Amino acid sequence: MKLFLSLLFRNRLAGFGAVVLGIVVLAVLATPFLPLPDPNATDTAQKFLRPGTAGHLLGTDHLGRDLLSRLLWGTRLSLAVGVAAAVMAALGGSAVGLIAGYVGGRTDNIIMRGVDMLMAFPYILLALAIVAALGPGLLNALIAVAVVNIPFFARNIRGIVVGLAHREFVEAARLSGMSHIRIMLSEILPNVVPVIVIAMSTTVGWMILETAGLSFLGLGSQPPTADLGSMLGEARAALITAPHTALVPGAMIFLIVMSINLLGDGVRDALDPRLRSGALSRPMAAALVRRNGPVPEASDDLLALQDLHTEFHAGKRVLRAVSGVSLAVKPGECLGVIGESGSGKSVTALSVMGLVASPPGVITGGAARFKGQDMIGADFETLRRLRGDRIAYIFQDPLATLHPLYKVGRQMAEAIQVHHQIGNAEARARALDLFRQVRIPNPESRLDSYPHELSGGMRQRVGIAMALANDPDVIIADEPTTALDVTVQAQILSLLDDLRRERGLAIVFITHDFGVVAQLCDRVAVMYAGRIVEEGPTMAVLEAPAHPYTRRLIACVPELGGGRRELAAIPGLPPAVDALPPGCAFAPRCDKAQEACRAGDIALEGASPRRVRCIFPEEAIA
Amino acid sequence: MSDPALQVEDLSKTFDVGKTLLGGARGHVRAVRPMSFTVERGETMGIVGESGCGKSTLARMLVGLAPPSTGRIEIAGRAQDRADPAAFGRLIQYVFQDPLSSLNPRKTIRQIMEAPLRLLHGMNRAACDARIAEIFDAVNLRPEFLSRYPHEFSGGQAQRIGIARALAASPEIIVLDEPVSALDVSVQAQVLNLLAQLKDEFGLTYLFISHDLAVVEAVSTRIMVLYFGAVVEIGPADQVFARPRHPYTRLLAESAPVVGRPLSAPEQKGTELPDPLNPPPGCAFAARCPRASETCRKLDPPLSDMGHGQYAACHHPL
Amino acid sequence: MGRYILRRLISAIPVLLGITVIVFAIMSLIPGDPATAILGAYATPENVARINRDLGLDQPAIQRYFIWLGNMLTGEFGRSYSLNRPVLDEILDRFGATLILAGTAFVLCAVLGVLAGVISASRQYGWADKAITFAVIIGISIPSFFLGMLMILIFAVRLKWLPVSGMYAIYGGGGLGDLLTHLIMPAFALAVVATGVVAWLSRGAMLEVLRQDYIRTARAKGVPERRVLMGHALRAAMVSIIPVLGLQAGFVLSGAVYIETVFQWPGIGRMLVDAILKRDLLLVQGGVVFVAAIYVLFNIAVDVAQSMLDPRIKT
Repeated sequence: MKLFLSLLFRNRLAGFGAVVLGIVVLAVLATPFLPLPDPNATDTAQKFLRPGTAGHLLGTDHLGRDLLSRLLWGTRLSLAVGVAAAVMAALGGSAVGLIAGYVGGRTDNIIMRGVDMLMAFPYILLALAIVAALGPGLLNALIAVAVVNIPFFARNIRGIVVGLAHREFVEAARLSGMSHIRIMLSEILPNVVPVIVIAMSTTVGWMILETAGLSFLGLGSQPPTADLGSMLGEARAALITAPHTALVPGAMIFLIVMSINLLGDGVRDALDPRLRSGALSRPMAAALVRRNGPVPEASDDLLALQDLHTEFHAGKRVLRAVSGVSLAVKPGECLGVIGESGSGKSVTALSVMGLVASPPGVITGGAARFKGQDMIGADFETLRRLRGDRIAYIFQDPLATLHPLYKVGRQMAEAIQVHHQIGNAEARARALDLFRQVRIPNPESRLDSYPHELSGGMRQRVGIAMALANDPDVIIADEPTTALDVTVQAQILSLLDDLRRERGLAIVFITHDFGVVAQLCDRVAVMYAGRIVEEGPTMAVLEAPAHPYTRRLIACVPELGGGRRELAAIPGLPPAVDALPPGCAFAPRCDKAQEACRAGDIALEGASPRRVRCIFPEEAIA
Repeated sequence: MSDPALQVEDLSKTFDVGKTLLGGARGHVRAVRPMSFTVERGETMGIVGESGCGKSTLARMLVGLAPPSTGRIEIAGRAQDRADPAAFGRLIQYVFQDPLSSLNPRKTIRQIMEAPLRLLHGMNRAACDARIAEIFDAVNLRPEFLSRYPHEFSGGQAQRIGIARALAASPEIIVLDEPVSALDVSVQAQVLNLLAQLKDEFGLTYLFISHDLAVVEAVSTRIMVLYFGAVVEIGPADQVFARPRHPYTRLLAESAPVVGRPLSAPEQKGTELPDPLNPPPGCAFAARCPRASETCRKLDPPLSDMGHGQYAACHHPL
Repeated sequence: MGRYILRRLISAIPVLLGITVIVFAIMSLIPGDPATAILGAYATPENVARINRDLGLDQPAIQRYFIWLGNMLTGEFGRSYSLNRPVLDEILDRFGATLILAGTAFVLCAVLGVLAGVISASRQYGWADKAITFAVIIGISIPSFFLGMLMILIFAVRLKWLPVSGMYAIYGGGGLGDLLTHLIMPAFALAVVATGVVAWLSRGAMLEVLRQDYIRTARAKGVPERRVLMGHALRAAMVSIIPVLGLQAGFVLSGAVYIETVFQWPGIGRMLVDAILKRDLLLVQGGVVFVAAIYVLFNIAVDVAQSMLDPRIKT
């Protein structure tokens, strides 16, 4: 709750809304005790007095009634009716949505058909029909507005509940012996309450507007009682001669609705954890670069990462995802980068072409050079020309990484056409040719398929074909086979291997799987907590790992054909990259760690290509 | 006590797909084709297969989360005739793949742990506390975790909590559905070793579902290979991948990346599964199989004894 | 595609029937003798006898519904007693005016809203985003009927740029120019709220899409940023914007009731309000069913547009 309030008031607009609304609510609560004239006392001699007249601070209306008094009493009524309608709609709609969403099946079908039919009306028509049948009056208007909004709540809540009802924790609760009613009330409802609160806080303003609207039309509160809507309605006749009678209630409605909307937005932001972490920021076209320190000198490698640093800034936390990584590849070479989740291997790969999501990502140091040219400091157009042309990417999940609404042939053609001025027919022919090269069966007809029509393996072949489109020099493959079945993985790996041998491609292959590295890569770099802890030719590293982490990680991986056995494990967890220990990041989990390991920075030592970041390595390296 | 832990006969599951205007089904997908098998007490039965092979549907039927279309399930000699997880709960429990989403984000670990104890075993507060302490000790979790909420835990810890909850029901059998797939390698081994130790301590029987052949081989006594909703091979763990009899099992074993084995794509025919709405007659693997003959495309091979406790559903076994 | 449209049209039949059931059910909430309630001040004994016979009011509810439905299907909406003419004639006369007003407002809100949302999202936290956000907050908080009155005060009374109200000038009116000058204020007043909502949700949809992996893929391919935004991102965002537009059409139609009252626009919304106040229930009933049916058809058009955009929807 304290967290909620502090989050709410961090949002300045929401704070403003809360203050305005607070003042209005206090004023209407105090209204019966204030020395105000009777709001309904008419005095036609005093009609249409301007605001500021003595005794009538806001003037009088067409019957000489005090506007300030009517305004406060009217606001009181409007707020009460609007809030009551919102509560009724929220309770009714949520109950319907909860039952429909959880029970599912036929019940859900019948209820939701009914809701659909209610939603098939433009909302006010239904309200008008209800008021027409029940007769004009404030209570009837309230009922009408509440009923009309029930479908909105029902549909919203049902959507959430359907999602929750199939979540694993609900199934776990069933296995724990809970009854359906108990699951609904104790497992699902607590997860839905924030959504109900959000929906209410964002619609209360609407409900006040709608009831005021019905009163404005003469269908809500009946004279002499006035809410804000009927005050505005009555003022319409004298709009031109006495505009203040309309401006006063109109401004009040606006003020109330605006403050509620601002507050509601704030409530939603505070309750929605996705927004809490600022995740709704859009990534920019290229990652932010704020380099501290000198830019390293150029080398003669095809692609070289030099002392690369990438950080994520989330509020006050700074996650050092990549701290000082240097890697290089030559033409035709395959370099494996291996590590567990959070080791910084993917961020390293994405940093090369400025594809780290930014905000929150910032590249804070080092260089990424292609044929000597630094791409991290380069202007966007230079970077864009290299992207997909000289350096191409293959990503992990091919369903998420292909655009769902374009045919794959068109996405292929686009990859070519953004770098080469060729016609559509020629681009299509080239795409077809590429599909053949990655051994897609029936390539001609596949060009006109949408991604969702292809299997996972086929989609990844499309991803590879797209990466090959401009005959690049380097391909960066970020866990390209992790989402695939083993039989498909084997085919994709052998395809990549053939391609690099035929074309002299350099591949940077990011993975967590030692088996894959062993089969595909010439050299491998092992990452832990944002740094390279060991690198060298693949077989040298796998057969004689020098860093304790590498050795023990390899021991953790069961190998086929090993039989039934106890597996080696590494106790503890990888460190959080916003609280790295001084010295070796692996020291807390390492059985060989000594004082010196925890003291200070440890360098990556040895002679290229074999290097290790350890003071007490397992193997002496040449 | 001669009853097997689990006996399944003719179990199958068919889903309706699509809907016509009148509410009838447009088609049927047989997610699990009729299968029978037995799991002895104290065994770990590994179940492997690729996506779409029906392994998760099978697991959900076994724990009572999905009603079977045909067949019967017998747990510790007692027939389970109705899909009701509460009735199954005391005998069989389930550990989910995604440890975090299997814990209600708005409940404390204590509330999560107490539910099976109170509802399945009618324990009072004191009995609950004692039992929880015992279980937490067994799974190496600290008692102060009990007052925390799920989001405060790492994947490995959350999976321990999931296992602890399953243990709380004191079941005969635990179905482990990809219990380590969401975990990092170094943490995966911790959980696997814990599972092995718990099995001895509590005399459990496991059904261990995974797509990772090496993991399955390392933990199982017997292994069952599924393809397209049917058992294609079943046998002792040390034989199934070392001496596969079904061509699909061999394909799986050869596809797994192994250090020191050169890269080769063991299969050049398509990798597509048959269309589930319109399954081919005969062996479902025939279209991908190098040994397929006319018979394979016409007749669905039955599971037959290959000797040494190994069974395979193949007309031309290796 | 043709089959999809046909299927959607067929599936609209139960919805349309449902609408008639709901309206019928609401109308049977009327307290007291329905014939007297329907006729109100016109409840002469002859009229009561006639309406009892015409509508079968002396029969059980189910039979009454089918008689009523049968009448509707044959275009027999009954007779308005306050206007003394057939309900359908009155509705058809009024509907054109509403269509012009609501249609213009809808086009305004769709075009301006999506445009503002895209600009806002592509310059997130920039000054344009802040200005649009501010305008949206104001826009969705101001009651349209109050905004209409303000506009009349400013543009018609003070500045005398535009006519106060009505659809055509009373003397020497007619013609497109005259219509347009009368249309500007009500159309804008009606469009403001919907524009705000569309802009806000479009911004959200764009931001959501821009975080997707396929946008990163497009950038990794080297697609120019303008094309990433206006091609890849907007197209994907439209999938969630189009249903919003469908909903907003309902809000625009609803808002028309207020705006027609404020600006004396001779449309169906004002007709309904007048009819309720005069207790002319057959006119209310006919008007509600008619507009709801049009809205259902409009939503089918929205679904069809959606299916053309999104190949994942089975056609």
